Amino acid sequence: MYSKGFKPLSVATVVAVATALALIFFYAPLDADQGFVQKIFYVHVPMAMVSLGGFVAGGLMAIRHLRSGDPSWDVRSYVAIHLSIILGVGVLVTGSIWARASWGHWWVWDEPVLVSFLIVFLLYCVYYPLRFSIEDPERQARYSSVFAITAGAFVPLNFLAVRLAQAYTHPRVLSQTGGNLPGEMRPTFLVSLVAMTLLFVTLWKLELTSKHASAQLKSLRRKLAAREPAAV
Amino acid sequence: MIRAARAILAKDLRLELRTKESVPAMTLFTLTVYVLFHFGLDRNSLDGSLAAGVLWVTLLLAAVVGVARLFAAEREQGGIEGLLLAPVDLTALFVAKAAALFLFLCAVELVALPAFALLLLGPDLLDPLPELLPVLLLANLGVAAVGALVAALATATRAPELIVTLLLLPLLVPVLIASAQATEPLVRSDPSADELGRWLGVLTLYDVVFVLLSVAVFDFLLED
Repeated sequence: MYSKGFKPLSVATVVAVATALALIFFYAPLDADQGFVQKIFYVHVPMAMVSLGGFVAGGLMAIRHLRSGDPSWDVRSYVAIHLSIILGVGVLVTGSIWARASWGHWWVWDEPVLVSFLIVFLLYCVYYPLRFSIEDPERQARYSSVFAITAGAFVPLNFLAVRLAQAYTHPRVLSQTGGNLPGEMRPTFLVSLVAMTLLFVTLWKLELTSKHASAQLKSLRRKLAAREPAAV
Repeated sequence: MIRAARAILAKDLRLELRTKESVPAMTLFTLTVYVLFHFGLDRNSLDGSLAAGVLWVTLLLAAVVGVARLFAAEREQGGIEGLLLAPVDLTALFVAKAAALFLFLCAVELVALPAFALLLLGPDLLDPLPELLPVLLLANLGVAAVGALVAALATATRAPELIVTLLLLPLLVPVLIASAQATEPLVRSDPSADELGRWLGVLTLYDVVFVLLSVAVFDFLLED
């Protein structure tokens, strides 16, 4: 059900990730100011963008679920949020390392993007206790979807509020003027972004396929048990 | 819908007047937190950003106490089933609960603000009160909308109080930012109304988004 087109997708992901790594290490120039550490940027920023995109996509899938009542959309939303949280851990860790290297502190409070991300991350962490403390599956799906929509709407609002509250120190990657990325850094960054997105979609499909397979297995087992109660 | 909401609101207010469960607890809680802050910060009087921060963190924590109790009567005594059986739109329930929470918060602030001015605040609170009022009302509205939604979300879980606390506080961070930033210049030793409009704008945007969102998704909660 979810495995359609999975093979070309995984091949494309492998190619994209390999290309991105090659570009990061051999093509993109060393940053004049920060040196080698700056290369973490090609992991950190795409990860953050894909993670936030995943949160918002989880919200949109939750809307689909509530409108159609089809529980498979809730599973899609759950897997998207789950993967985004895992990427979120990566974002906070790589962001911390980068902040330590370029600003001298592991954590910088007057830095709106990192702080907003932490708040969003803390909010989404509550998704697990909320989801798994509801036993009835149908209700679990509905309440989780409501959470996913609320939190999805919260993401941009929160970024706005935190950004207004603080001074800018964070480099803005893609601003209206085309950003401040010189020459070879820009294509490298874009390829990294594409690679991260493909990786996310591949993992998402993989997890969905495995969830679907184990659900099918469970129902087949149940059928078997119902047919020959003596044998089991 | 309005009539049903008014009936539920009247029920909640009557219940509160008779049992005195939420508002006195929230008020007492704010006073206790002031005392905690006094010792925690080791300061006898506060002004500027410290005063704004203490005031708003205390008020939002008190709101958590209120939100955790918002559906308590229904949950413990099965009132939800009664409401679901009645031919009423669930939106009416949301409006009533949010309105009740809004009124509870206003009632708490009637005591909590003078107490704050007496116990902790250095500068005078009466002068900046006209500027502070819209901030309080807009913040209460946002807290009420989000609070009613979160309270309903938590009813289905095994540990509602825990989920309310964990869920509500991050959702209220924008309210805290906007209210504290708006209050900070008002409670300086030389008060001014710096950038008040901008923060009122942020609060209004937050309120509009979450009121509309809550009304839209509330229908999917509680119905069983």
